[in-house]
Amino acid sequence: MTTHEFPDADSAGVVRLDEGHHPGDGKMPAEFENPGLPPHVHRMADHDDAGAKRAERQVAGLFGLSMLGTIVAMVGYFAFSTEHRSWVPGLGHVSTTNLLLGIGIGLGLLGIGLGAVHWAKTLMPDEEVVEMRHPMRSSDEARAGFAEVMREGGEKSQLFRRPLLKLSLGGAMGLFSLPLLVQLLGSLGPLPRNNLDVTFWDGHPHEGEDGKQHRTFEHPRLVTDPEGIPIKAADVTIGSVYHVLPAGLLPNADGEGGLEHGQLEEKAKAAVLLMRLDPTEFQDTPGGKKAKEWGHDGIVAYSKICTHVGCPVGLYERTTHHLLCPCHQSTFDVTDDCKVIFGPAKRPLPQLKITVDDEGYLIAAQPFQEAVGPSFWERG
Amino acid sequence: MSTADPIDSGRAADRLRAGDSRRPAPASGGSKSLGGVAGWVDDRLGPAKGVNYLMKKVFPDHWSFMLGEIAMYSMIICLLTGTFLTFWFVPSAGHTTYDGSYIPLQGVQMSEAYASSLDISFDIKGGLLIRQMHHWAALMFIVALSAHMLRVFFTGAFRKPRELNWIIGCILSMLALVEGFAGYSLPDDLLSGTGLRAAQGFILSAPVIGSYMAYGLFGGDFPGEAIIPRLYGVHILLLPAILIGLFTAHIVMVAVQKHTQYPGPGRTNDNVVGFPVMPVYAAKAGGFFFIVFGFTALLAAFVQINSIWVYGPYDPSAVTAGSQPDWYMGFADGALRLLPGWLEFNIFGHPLSLNVAIGALFLIPIMYGAMAAYPFIEAWVTGDKREHHLLDRPRNQPTRTALGVAALTFYGVLMFAAGNDLMAIKLHMSINDITYFFRAGVFILPVLAFWATRRICLSLQRSDRNMVLHGRESGRIVRTAEGKFFEAHEPLDEYTRWKLVGYERQAPLELTGGVDAHGVADRSSRGAKLRARLSQFYFGTHVDPVTPTELAAAHHDGHAHEAIEAAGESTHAGSHLTALSPADRGESSR
Repeated sequence: MTTHEFPDADSAGVVRLDEGHHPGDGKMPAEFENPGLPPHVHRMADHDDAGAKRAERQVAGLFGLSMLGTIVAMVGYFAFSTEHRSWVPGLGHVSTTNLLLGIGIGLGLLGIGLGAVHWAKTLMPDEEVVEMRHPMRSSDEARAGFAEVMREGGEKSQLFRRPLLKLSLGGAMGLFSLPLLVQLLGSLGPLPRNNLDVTFWDGHPHEGEDGKQHRTFEHPRLVTDPEGIPIKAADVTIGSVYHVLPAGLLPNADGEGGLEHGQLEEKAKAAVLLMRLDPTEFQDTPGGKKAKEWGHDGIVAYSKICTHVGCPVGLYERTTHHLLCPCHQSTFDVTDDCKVIFGPAKRPLPQLKITVDDEGYLIAAQPFQEAVGPSFWERG
Repeated sequence: MSTADPIDSGRAADRLRAGDSRRPAPASGGSKSLGGVAGWVDDRLGPAKGVNYLMKKVFPDHWSFMLGEIAMYSMIICLLTGTFLTFWFVPSAGHTTYDGSYIPLQGVQMSEAYASSLDISFDIKGGLLIRQMHHWAALMFIVALSAHMLRVFFTGAFRKPRELNWIIGCILSMLALVEGFAGYSLPDDLLSGTGLRAAQGFILSAPVIGSYMAYGLFGGDFPGEAIIPRLYGVHILLLPAILIGLFTAHIVMVAVQKHTQYPGPGRTNDNVVGFPVMPVYAAKAGGFFFIVFGFTALLAAFVQINSIWVYGPYDPSAVTAGSQPDWYMGFADGALRLLPGWLEFNIFGHPLSLNVAIGALFLIPIMYGAMAAYPFIEAWVTGDKREHHLLDRPRNQPTRTALGVAALTFYGVLMFAAGNDLMAIKLHMSINDITYFFRAGVFILPVLAFWATRRICLSLQRSDRNMVLHGRESGRIVRTAEGKFFEAHEPLDEYTRWKLVGYERQAPLELTGGVDAHGVADRSSRGAKLRARLSQFYFGTHVDPVTPTELAAAHHDGHAHEAIEAAGESTHAGSHLTALSPADRGESSR
């Protein structure tokens, strides 16, 4: 530490701060003493009747404001229908009843609150009161007494003399919560089985005798989400992107068919993004080659469910062919088999192998070859 | 303590009446002896004695003590408005077709939960107001309790005997996050559904049991129809019951232990200086409840929040850009955005998704665990077993304050990281660069914050010393006979001075050398070494309060005091000039 710690050390050096100085006699206390409460300063309302009267009027005025607020709220509720809108600067068109009700209730409450606080601050005693603290600890006697009561209780119940009782009670207490726990945990939901591994691309779900879902692959057509229109390969222009579902999940364009149950659950796994790239844009990597091979003429289909925590990967940047998940910004490169190039996801988006049927419509050549969505322990 | 007496005031007219004896004022309506309903109750239950005690209880006054009050009141507002909402909300994922008055969604398939949330917003008079009050109060609840927690931390209010209450506070704070998440997941709009989708992904990342947990919680495949009614039960029954129970314990403990107070003239570790409940605190605290409630109502009337009708119903294949949770979940979301993908490992053919689990499953328990453990760690390092009822000024605990600011910085980086996409859009910057910056910042910035905060605290302490030794600048320029100019300084009055010198001197613990008095190796010497190191970390650099001797020296000899100032900050206990401030840590008699 330098001695010139304070900017004014030099000038302070010649200042004699003698005033009020107590001559030292060599027996200075080691520390300063607490000087006690400073003298009390009275408020205007304490010694001026007019001031007190004024404070009283202010408090009453605030309580009056509260009553006014209540009237505003009542008017807001009864005089306007829910459809009535008013234009308010800065807010635009808002529900009149909602606004007036809020303002009225707000003023009604604030008036009471501000009035009470103002009352306390101006008219109620403002001289501080001192209350003494006592150590939290009970006295030694009380503690000994407590220990004695407990010991005596144990003694009288013969708990210590009869270990069989102690052990059996402990056992029973330990076990009784088990059935409750089993009931709760056991009945909350079904086991996952293979549900996370299969999607609607594998076919319609039907439960087999082993409890697992069995599905029969039928080369479903790729249809648009939510219109349900099959997609012709020839209609997919370069640079376009489609939200796609397997045919049969949603009602078709005529409003027919579609799953009766579990539509959202199937959709949550089967959602796919379809893009068409110029085939030369795929990278010359094993991934890029495979991507092109599993696609059809530069059209590729990838699971839309992020491999991080499962949000739909909703953003496609056409110029760079990057897919971005809006939840945590995992970025996937479509030209390199949707490899992760940025963000918290680890695995690429699974690709759906596609081809065309006799009529030129896009169909799945095979279901997803791996589980879609976020990682889970059983996922190989 | 003298009683308030206008006759004591200095006015001449008043002094003439100094000898008068005043008659007691006639009893007003409210001060009659106990009768009526109160008397009837007291005849049967006898509460008068206990209530008397409570009504006379003294609470100290400080603005920062209102933070906890705001949290408490916001929670009560949530309970009230939430009860209103239960009368109209339908906690069901069952499918329905919307036929309410909001035209853009008419005829759209949605869950009953979402449809009823729309009805609350559009077709039930005042329903939107109640819904927005509920949401605003929930946000305020968590803001206020976090600020309250920081106040408690930075002033050392968590020290003995209040460690238990600090732990209860930590649990309350953590449950409030869960309660908030459960609440905003209920309307089943697109945003809340996306939040639930991510939550399912979080749960799946739990090693070994992830998929079982997810299938248990959601009652099968995501989204299923079980999660909405289950979250509803948790949100309106289970968690509120726990919150209210813990909160009651929290408040009762404050009453039993009496509130802490800031140091100041007349305030000691053995007293509470403040105002009694009746009438001052009853009016102030009661009035404050109405203020918070009224403010919430105005906020709900003027500022729209969570406009669910804009998002549309939940659809697992749709998403909106800029999907973000409510602010208090931001830090966990930010952690998820920063954790790199390579943290997913493959062990024995199973994926171990640490890139998800660290942020989604481990962060919150670790954070709250560290917070709950802190009082015990600090108490072990200081070896301080005394009760503390006087708060610390944060600057007088430089290391604790710096640790707190470092933790806050860590939290802040994570929270800002949850807005990396919005920052990229608004600032026209690369989202990758922003994310890389935060990834580095989460490690570097807390360290910088720690260092800077500690330096600032030490500087403030030295500035306090300067003020005590030299007084305050008077603005009066004096010219000496030699023609030198200087500004005259005025000494502080004893009350102001006490605020600056009334804290304890700190010094690190010293090693005993690993052997006891008989030369036998100390078994606990390894623990002791660690403790001495930590103590050195905490108190190795410390600025001591000015002692009367120092002040006297400064007054006596304007030239010699610089040597004393230099001793003000000692970097090691061994070299400390103990003669100047021999205060023994354990024997302080503040």
